[in-house]
Amino acid sequence: MDKNDVPQDKVETLGGLRKAMYAVDENGKYTLVPSVGWEAEETVLNQAIEEFERQCQEARARVTAGESSPLEFHMYNSRMDVIVLAQSTGFFKWQVKRHLKPAHFSKLSPKQLLRYADALGISEQQLKTLPVAQ
Amino acid sequence: MTDQAKPFEHQHSAHCESGVISSLLRHDGFQISEAMAFGLAGALTFAYIPLVKIGGMPLIAYRMPPQHIIKNLSKRLGYKLHTEKFNDSAKGMQALDAYMAQSKPVGLQTSVYWLPYFPKEMRFHFNAHNLVAYGKSGDDYLISDPTIENPVTCNTQALQKSRFVKGMMQPKGLLYFPENVPQQVDLAKPIKAAIKANAKMMVKTPVPILGVRGIRMLSKKIRGLAANHATNEAHNKLFIGHVVRMQEEIGTGGAGFRFLYASFLQESAQITNDERLSTIATQLTSVGDNWREFALNSAKMCKGRLDMDYASLADQLLLIADLEKAVFEELLAL
Repeated sequence: MDKNDVPQDKVETLGGLRKAMYAVDENGKYTLVPSVGWEAEETVLNQAIEEFERQCQEARARVTAGESSPLEFHMYNSRMDVIVLAQSTGFFKWQVKRHLKPAHFSKLSPKQLLRYADALGISEQQLKTLPVAQ
Repeated sequence: MTDQAKPFEHQHSAHCESGVISSLLRHDGFQISEAMAFGLAGALTFAYIPLVKIGGMPLIAYRMPPQHIIKNLSKRLGYKLHTEKFNDSAKGMQALDAYMAQSKPVGLQTSVYWLPYFPKEMRFHFNAHNLVAYGKSGDDYLISDPTIENPVTCNTQALQKSRFVKGMMQPKGLLYFPENVPQQVDLAKPIKAAIKANAKMMVKTPVPILGVRGIRMLSKKIRGLAANHATNEAHNKLFIGHVVRMQEEIGTGGAGFRFLYASFLQESAQITNDERLSTIATQLTSVGDNWREFALNSAKMCKGRLDMDYASLADQLLLIADLEKAVFEELLAL
């Protein structure tokens, strides 16, 4: 990549940060060029974020309908899935899946709730409720 | 002023692990570039591992797994890598504080998700991000994150969380620095050995998921997605987006580390007085340009600006596989 071809598409996902890119200067030598981002990269990053948002919305609807516990919403809201949540809490996957159901979730001990709250980086009170939709 | 009290020099880098270890070595008086650290460690690869899933997507990597660089570079250069891991997070923070009190910069493994200085959009559960902590001011650690242009800070609570998350590639508070760093090493020999080993992995691997064979296998997979386009378009797009995301995500120097490795080859040409390396570096740059072209087309198709054309993406990957094969066979034959 030529130094002048280093993408400088002001992308929002970088939040104003610049990335160091390796590119070739006019003498054919590699040099580091700061980049404010590349549209192609932003597209695929947004795609991944939108997927989490979609899962969040669907989980919210299920929680409201009484089909899922708020844990499911918070899991996706923290960009996790059942595997990542199980790994970060030390619960088994099948346990996490059960706790996504309201009947099992309501029986969780304060200690178990704390494990989830810690892994998700929220308070126990937040864990038990849905945040107001934006 | 003792050696350890000298101020830490932050250097903006393309990749976290090569950025951290090269900065720490320079701090100890051993002049080495990020690209040289990356290349000497033999960190370039391609891997497509359908059985290992991340967020429901197969593992696709353009470089060797985390910790490969810090471990292999110490072997190639002949210094000791001091490492500490902790079962108790409080102890892990105390140990860090002790180094900070001596102004001793150390490398840390962290989870990107819990680092407050990254924009929210970039925070995913990737647990093997490397950074340097070089001091503490009040409750804030002074951080040199090589992927960020300037030094940043991180509060104690966030850094503790980030160092002690559990899950895939969990850091367990990993803290490291080089010890007994030589001031001078004749790099010609380790350069040749590292290039040979890396080239061998790219073209002589016995498993179909690594190196050039891995790229071909991914090509086949993408070609096959056409069969279920009608019923599975959304998922197919996520898959292709995932391939590109792994290629371009923070710390690849663009083009899945190919430019970074080309920069290493160029520098190596000078050190070893072997102009052929310079020529091959130019070839690898053009391979990197092809990866970028692939990324651009993929992104356009994912966004609907171009019609989805699995076969053309698969063809581009086959072309890349051929080009990479040529590059690494030439390196192997040197």
